[in-house]
Amino acid sequence: MCGVCGCGNAQKTLDGKVLDGHDHTHDHAHDHQHHHGHTDGHSHAPGLDGARMVQIEMDIMSKNDGYAAQNRVRFMESGQLALNLVSSPGSGKTSLLVRTLEDLKDEMALGVIEGDQHTANDADRIRATGVSAVQLNTGKGCHLDAHMVGHAMDELALDKSGIVFIENVGNLVCPAGFDLGEAHKVVVLSVTEGEDKPLKYPDMFAASDLMLLNKVDLLPYLDFDVNAAIANAQRINPGIRVLQVSARTGEGMEGWYTFLRSALVLADVSQGPSTPTLHAAE
Amino acid sequence: MHEMSLCEAIVQTLEEQASTHAYTKVKRVRLSVGPLSCVEPEALKFSFDACTRGTLADGASLEILQAEGSAWCFGCSETFPITGHGQPCPRCGSHLVHVTSGDEFKIKDMEVV
Repeated sequence: MCGVCGCGNAQKTLDGKVLDGHDHTHDHAHDHQHHHGHTDGHSHAPGLDGARMVQIEMDIMSKNDGYAAQNRVRFMESGQLALNLVSSPGSGKTSLLVRTLEDLKDEMALGVIEGDQHTANDADRIRATGVSAVQLNTGKGCHLDAHMVGHAMDELALDKSGIVFIENVGNLVCPAGFDLGEAHKVVVLSVTEGEDKPLKYPDMFAASDLMLLNKVDLLPYLDFDVNAAIANAQRINPGIRVLQVSARTGEGMEGWYTFLRSALVLADVSQGPSTPTLHAAE
Repeated sequence: MHEMSLCEAIVQTLEEQASTHAYTKVKRVRLSVGPLSCVEPEALKFSFDACTRGTLADGASLEILQAEGSAWCFGCSETFPITGHGQPCPRCGSHLVHVTSGDEFKIKDMEVV
């Protein structure tokens, strides 16, 4: 099994189909050369058993980062804005997405890649809006990786400029470490959680460019301190932007849509006055 | 939890490098891990033993070298060491800092046969 991309891992599925292993070579037929030409094991220099040091200095995330770079080029070439939505389970990511899709689907091309350990419930909720969705199931896995997302993009087959929402597995820890090729990570924090979550789970807030503070319609019934939550997030990440929204009542959603529209303009270079090419210096 | 898949990536790298560096067995692996790398060393060690079983790194020992993290203060231009996110500048106390290193996670070297 390939640990980075999940290839050959029967637990990882794309719309119920197992993500099969493909061109990764998992050659376990190590070519042991048992010549035993030396009758005493001490003739190998420098160690007693012939051991030697090899310096490789290799980044362990490089495989995932390579897939992420490929995804990023694909998004750029298609003029697509890819957003990686991350949060704890239950923050309202899917409800937020459903409302967003309903409100924007007549205005721009949209697609959704849904990640969950099990079930296609979320993709079904998305498809009910008429927007196409692909469900990735990670099995025991706790995050999406760039290779799975590449497969999902094949399946989604969105071939024009628009927004691809990647709803990550509900988990405030692991998805922080995996670049999927997105333009921005967007972290959703709901006011029914603690305002100290950015301090408790700093990696995710450090990795995100935008924080959506969701379920603000419930604020009158809670002791949640909005200013403290924002201050905590900015203490971890001074550059993080914050929007207060309610996916249920629609409060604040227009600000989120304004962000989406402007980020899409920036992602779609073909809309600009000149079209820079990716490989200009050839 | 994702330390398991990270270990599988390590084993895969060790297998891929076997022909390049002409080895058939890995006895010791040294990793360089930064404080902001989202990796828990103890969980990594636990997973490493499970992931290496039956591979060319079966029985190999894993050493984790702590890499340094650093940040730069927007307010007073101080560069200072950090061990996590959200740490203020030790000189002026500001949280308006830019993390400049600490997310390193790589295989540094290994002892092979």
